[in-house]
Amino acid sequence: MGLELRNIHKHFGPVRANDGISITVETGTLHGLLGENGAGKSTLMKVLSGFHSADSGEIVLDGKKIKLASPDDAIEAGIGMLHQDPLVFLPFSVIDNFVLGSPGGWRLDRRQATAEMQELCDRYGFSFDPHTPSRLLTVGERQQLEIVRLLWLGARVLILDEPTTGISADQRAKLFAALKSLSKEGMSVIFVSHKLEEVADLCERVTVMKRGKVVGEADMPVPPERLVEMMFGQAVQIRDRKEVAHGKSRLTVDSVRMATGLLSEESTSLEVNAGEVIGLAGMEGSGQDTFLRICSGMRSLKQGSVTVAGKDLTGKHYRDFLAADVKYLPAGRLEEGLIEGLTITEHFVLSGEDRSFFIDWAQARNRAVEQVDHFAIKGTEASTVESLSGGNQQRLLLAMLPHELSVLLMEHPTRGLDIESADWVWEQLLARREDGTSIVFASADLDELLRYSDRILVFFSGRVIGELDASSTNVDEIGLLIGGRSANPELSEGSQ
Amino acid sequence: MSSYRLTNLVLPISVVVASAVGLLVLAGTNPWDPLQLIVEGSIGWPPFEAGKSAKVGDTVMVWVPIALASAGLIVTFNAGMWNIGIEGQIIMGAIAAAFVAREVSAPRPLLVLLTILAGAVGGLLWGLLVGVLRTAGGVNEIFGGLGLDFVAISFTTYLIIDPWARTGVASTSGTDIFPDAALLPSSSGTRLSLLAIAIALLAIGGVWILFRGTLYGLKLKAVGANLRSSFLMGIPTNRYLLGAFMICGALAGIGGTVQATGFHFKLIPAISGGYGFLAILVVLLARYQAFWVIPISFFFAMIAVGSSQLDLRLDLNSALGGVLQGVLVLSAMFGLGWAAYRTKRQLQEASGGDSG
Repeated sequence: MGLELRNIHKHFGPVRANDGISITVETGTLHGLLGENGAGKSTLMKVLSGFHSADSGEIVLDGKKIKLASPDDAIEAGIGMLHQDPLVFLPFSVIDNFVLGSPGGWRLDRRQATAEMQELCDRYGFSFDPHTPSRLLTVGERQQLEIVRLLWLGARVLILDEPTTGISADQRAKLFAALKSLSKEGMSVIFVSHKLEEVADLCERVTVMKRGKVVGEADMPVPPERLVEMMFGQAVQIRDRKEVAHGKSRLTVDSVRMATGLLSEESTSLEVNAGEVIGLAGMEGSGQDTFLRICSGMRSLKQGSVTVAGKDLTGKHYRDFLAADVKYLPAGRLEEGLIEGLTITEHFVLSGEDRSFFIDWAQARNRAVEQVDHFAIKGTEASTVESLSGGNQQRLLLAMLPHELSVLLMEHPTRGLDIESADWVWEQLLARREDGTSIVFASADLDELLRYSDRILVFFSGRVIGELDASSTNVDEIGLLIGGRSANPELSEGSQ
Repeated sequence: MSSYRLTNLVLPISVVVASAVGLLVLAGTNPWDPLQLIVEGSIGWPPFEAGKSAKVGDTVMVWVPIALASAGLIVTFNAGMWNIGIEGQIIMGAIAAAFVAREVSAPRPLLVLLTILAGAVGGLLWGLLVGVLRTAGGVNEIFGGLGLDFVAISFTTYLIIDPWARTGVASTSGTDIFPDAALLPSSSGTRLSLLAIAIALLAIGGVWILFRGTLYGLKLKAVGANLRSSFLMGIPTNRYLLGAFMICGALAGIGGTVQATGFHFKLIPAISGGYGFLAILVVLLARYQAFWVIPISFFFAMIAVGSSQLDLRLDLNSALGGVLQGVLVLSAMFGLGWAAYRTKRQLQEASGGDSG
């Protein structure tokens, strides 16, 4: 008994996202689904949660064939999907979010629902106030809310799509504990991830996908090298970072004050030299994003100054920062970076240096073909950007960067990318240092921060709580700082 | 045009015909007579028969403002804006043209050119106002535009009953007829103006080129598709939004000139004829494709002109023309949506069958 996917096919135009996939998830197991970006994991899970309908193939739950035409059908059948970005209506209170998806009627018994929610929360070690507005919840808490909601709706199969991105280590531990006890109670859990350690920590069995097909299955534990081999065909080696001499000061941020949700009276200063890479660590919303926006001119200052290559840009418009060769790449690739509906060629025309009124389409296409090839983007020059996978969207964004670049500011440069793509992205970024480009990036991935930064700033509660030399620090030290604790008692004060 | 496949037309057209027939039967007539009357009343029956050139001329001159407004709306729609203020832009164009026609004396070609320019400027400024309200004041362009429509309508009425009232009478029937030198040149015995047709076709061609081959058009499209990404790419988004409203306003304003100096020959209270709103429907039906604006707006012009015959000949209220228009648009949108859905399903099935 359990969940069975039989020969699932799903095509988008010429792209075979799922090409005959069969997977069996036994009742009460924690089943990992691994694969690089564009392997078809997300598509498969969308099929399973009724978001897409499969072109062919069948889904069998506890011996019964089920038909999923909409997410509603999936929930009815007992399949609950926890999306990477939890589906929470931010202006609503926690309890309103909780009851929102409940089936049927006009009757709304908040009191009973609250009691039932509390019971579920107690059972799995979650806690949040039912009457608090959801926007005050962290991403991790939103996830927990979504999980208890799905349980309440009677989910027997729980799908989690990259659930650990953007949540703290503490919340991850809570999540994993809850998932383990759920599986003991007979819940089938499908855990989609590209993080090997997490899959090793949690899962009892693992399926590896590649290019729309299942390429391997194994009962855990399996050595990580073996999983990497299944995913990529060979073990990916960690490349050593080439050191580059740092030049003159490129970006100076002097005692700026950041008004985040959590108001802080502390001000932040930073000096970045040419060719230097600065990593910004911290829990989501601790001020890194605001800091990047200040550095890029997207956000005005209350106090302090921003200087780029000796030029004072304090209070200047975002486009003045652009003109000074400061470029900002936000985390939302389709929301803030690319333009849905436009093709790759059109994107290169928009970002290109040719400003003539009439577009030479033949030339533009040739250039796009060249770039698509050069940056190994999986797609054609006529592909619209929304048809590309996340990794390829990031490749396109990098391909669109201007040649002259003084400061590059990035949010989560490799979020959602597989190891190979992430390595490739960093290869490109590090190569830019040789032209003197300074890079400031925010990331939730400690390995990434340690591997690629020269210095790491740790943000906590709207201020910088520590500045570390990446070559001499370690995960534990950063982890402590991110949690607001520091070896230096003076610093940690007021962080509560 | 490629997205507008012929096979996709069959379904919407059948839906449209079915609803039109249904409506006319409900209105208590057989469906054929009113349709024939509308065709007869707009382009003659059999169509384009000799001796009916006055009617054809009227229909073409109704087509011109609808086509101009539609061309303008393609620009604002591509920029992601619902320019409901288009009616007001037509009206302000007509008012500006009327001002020049009444107050300026010049030889005819020059005066005609001035009325056209004045119309363009009047519409442009009124469109710019919607844009400024939106970009600087955060007023949604739908509400801002609608408000300015009412302002423009009231302003016309005020002009007609007070400062520009006909000598001796204060009537809402309109101002005095403009001097001959200000009227659009037309072929004898009809309202048909080759100049107006040329301007409309030029506008449609211009808009087609704008979005087909220019960086400006591509940037407008980018702004319309994703304001935030466009801004981060360094496109001055507000300036582009204002530009879209100005282009649209100018074209609509020229449509207003045509209404004033080429059709009514004076300023009347309902000078826009509702053609701005009609143009919104035209553009939606044409799916923002410039070329399709030409036949679709001509079809609407035929209904607008032809339906005036209904009450005279069939004892039906001529408002039926308006109802018919509404039903046609709704059923066409429904049919188009249905066809798009079917095409998508077929494509999916086809690609699914490939591997199976």
